Amino acid sequence: MVTPHVAGQPVLELKGIGKEFGAIRALPGVDMRIFPGEVVGLMGDNGAGKSTLVKIIAGNFPPSHGEIRFDGKAVHFARPIDARAVGIEVVYQDLALADNLTAAANVFLGRELKRKFGPFAFLDHKAMAARALELFGELRSETRPHDLVKQMSGGQRQAVAIARTRLSNAKLVMMDEPTAAISVRQVEQVLSLIHRLKEQGVAVVLISHRMPDVFAVCDRVVVMRRGEKRADKAIGDTSPEEVTSLITGAKEAA
Amino acid sequence: MATPPESPIITFTNVGKAKWWQSGIFASQTGYVLLALVALFVVMNFASPYFFTEGNMQNVAKNFSFIAIATLGVTFVIITAGIDLSVGSMMCFSAMITSMVMTHISTPGTPGAEWFVHLAADSKTVIANVPGLILLVSLLAGLGVALMVGLVNGFCIAVLGLSPFVTTLGMLSIVRGLGYVVSNGRGSFPGGPDADYFYALTSGVVFGMPAPFIYLVVLAVAMAVVLHHTSFGRHVFALGGNEKAAALTGISVVRVKVEVYVICALAAGLQGIIISGWLGSAPANMATSYELNVIAAAVIGGANLAGGVGGPLGAIVGCVLLEVIRNGLVLAQVNSYWQQALVGVIIIVAVLVDRIRSRMA
Repeated sequence: MVTPHVAGQPVLELKGIGKEFGAIRALPGVDMRIFPGEVVGLMGDNGAGKSTLVKIIAGNFPPSHGEIRFDGKAVHFARPIDARAVGIEVVYQDLALADNLTAAANVFLGRELKRKFGPFAFLDHKAMAARALELFGELRSETRPHDLVKQMSGGQRQAVAIARTRLSNAKLVMMDEPTAAISVRQVEQVLSLIHRLKEQGVAVVLISHRMPDVFAVCDRVVVMRRGEKRADKAIGDTSPEEVTSLITGAKEAA
Repeated sequence: MATPPESPIITFTNVGKAKWWQSGIFASQTGYVLLALVALFVVMNFASPYFFTEGNMQNVAKNFSFIAIATLGVTFVIITAGIDLSVGSMMCFSAMITSMVMTHISTPGTPGAEWFVHLAADSKTVIANVPGLILLVSLLAGLGVALMVGLVNGFCIAVLGLSPFVTTLGMLSIVRGLGYVVSNGRGSFPGGPDADYFYALTSGVVFGMPAPFIYLVVLAVAMAVVLHHTSFGRHVFALGGNEKAAALTGISVVRVKVEVYVICALAAGLQGIIISGWLGSAPANMATSYELNVIAAAVIGGANLAGGVGGPLGAIVGCVLLEVIRNGLVLAQVNSYWQQALVGVIIIVAVLVDRIRSRMA
C-alpha cells in the first residue's frame, strides 16, 4: 500500500474522521495516512466527501468525531490559521490571490516582512522580492516578483499560490483542483511544481477530477464515494479504468 | 532548508518584462488625468492672463484643499471596494461640535467652563486659564464625534455585514439630523479667547501658502507611506483586490475595514473643521452634498469603485482638476452653472478612457 521510498512516520494520520451536518452524514468515518514526500490523489465525484474531508484537515470546521494526528501528535483546529501554524497549507481552487498586487506581495500577504524604524514598522520590499524570487526559482517558474498577478498566466498564478505555501516550510500542501481551469501547457507547469514540492519532502494531497494528472504525478490514489474511502492504492497497482469505475460506483471497493 | 543548487537564478525565456510606460503611474488613470491637468494648465495660461497670478494660484490651492483632505479619507474606503456617503454630513457635524464646544467652555458660568476660563478684573473680558487648551479640547471633541461615527460605520459594515452604500446613506441622514438637533438648526460660531488661534490654524497663511494646503500635503505624504510601505496599507489593497483571499491568508478583514471607515470619518471631520474656520461659522446646512464632490474627485483621480486601485496623488489630482475647471470657467466668463454639467462629463470621460486603455493593453 505504501510506496517504497516513503516509510516511517506519517505526516498526517486520520483515524475514524467523520462529520455530520444535522441529520446528514457527510462522512461516516475515514482513516487515512499520508507520508512525507508523498503525492496522494484524492478523487471522487461531486458530493463524495472530498471537500468536507479537506476542509476538516484545513481547519475550516472541526470533525464530529475521530482524531487527526499531525507529525505524530493529536491536533485540534478551531480555525484555518491553527492548521497553518502546524504546517498545513491549502492552495484553493480560485487560488486566493489579490489581482491588483504583485507576485511578491501575494506570496507574503498576511505575513509581510517588516523593518522597524522606532515605533513604526515598514515593509521590507527588497527582502520580500528576493525571497519570492528564490521561491519561484525553487519552483522553476518564470515569474517576476514585481509583476502584477492580473498580468500573469494561469501557471504563474499557481506558482505564486504554491510559493506562498513554501514560505512557512509547510509539511503538507493540499491543492484543490489546481489544473481545472488552465491550458495544457500550464498543466505541465503545475504538475512540475508538484514534483518540486515532492523533491523537497513535502507531502501533497491533490484533489482533482482529471485522471491523467493524477496518474502523471501521484504515488497513491484515494477514491471517495458517498463519504467513504472506497480505495487506497499505489498508482502502479491500479488503472484509470479501475479508478473511474470506483468513482462511479460500478465497482464498489478495491 | 535545502535549496537546489541551480536556484534561484531564473532565466526568463518566454516571459517578457513590462515596458516602463506599461507599468506604475504611466499605466494608471491617475497618470493620464495628471497629463490632462497639465494640458489644462497650459490652455488656461493662454486663455486668461489672470490664471497664473499668485493670488489666483493661492485661491485655487485653498479651494481644492477644502475637499482634498476628505478625498484622501474616502480614497482609503474606495480602495477597499467600499463607499462612504456620510462625509458631507460628517464635515458639518464635526465643525459644529468643535465650535459649539469652543463657545460653551469659553463662556464663564456654564458648567465645566470654570476649568478653562476666568473673568478678568473688569469682569467683562474672558481670559483663558491655559492658552490653547480650549482649542485643543474643542478640536478633540470635533474629531471625537467623527471617530465615533467612523466606528459605527465600520461596525455595521464589517461586523454586521451591511452594505457600505446603505449604511453610509443612513449615516448621511443620521449625522445631518443630529447636527440639526444639537444646533436647533442654527449655525454655530467659534468664539472665546482661543478663536484667533482657531482662525490662524484653519485659514491662515504659512510661508505664502494657505494652511489647509500644508495640512493636505503632509497628510497626502503620510497616506502614501502608509499605503505602500506598511502592512496595513498592503492589506487595504488586498481587501479591495480580493476580499476572500485576504481573509484566507489570515488578514483581519473586520479590523482593516473598521480602520478605513474611521480614517475616512476623521479626515471628513478635520476637513469640516478647516472649512468652518474659513467660513467663520458652521451653519447647519454646511457641506451639503459635498460627499458627491469628494467621491467624484477620488474617481476622476483614478480610485476604482470596484476596489483595489487608488492613492493620494490621484485624490489630489482629481480635486485640482475639479477646482481648475471651476476657476477656469469663471475666468473665461462662462456661465458658472455649466460647471456641474462639465464635472459629470469629466467623470464619465475619465472612466471611459481608462476602460478603453485596459481593453487595448
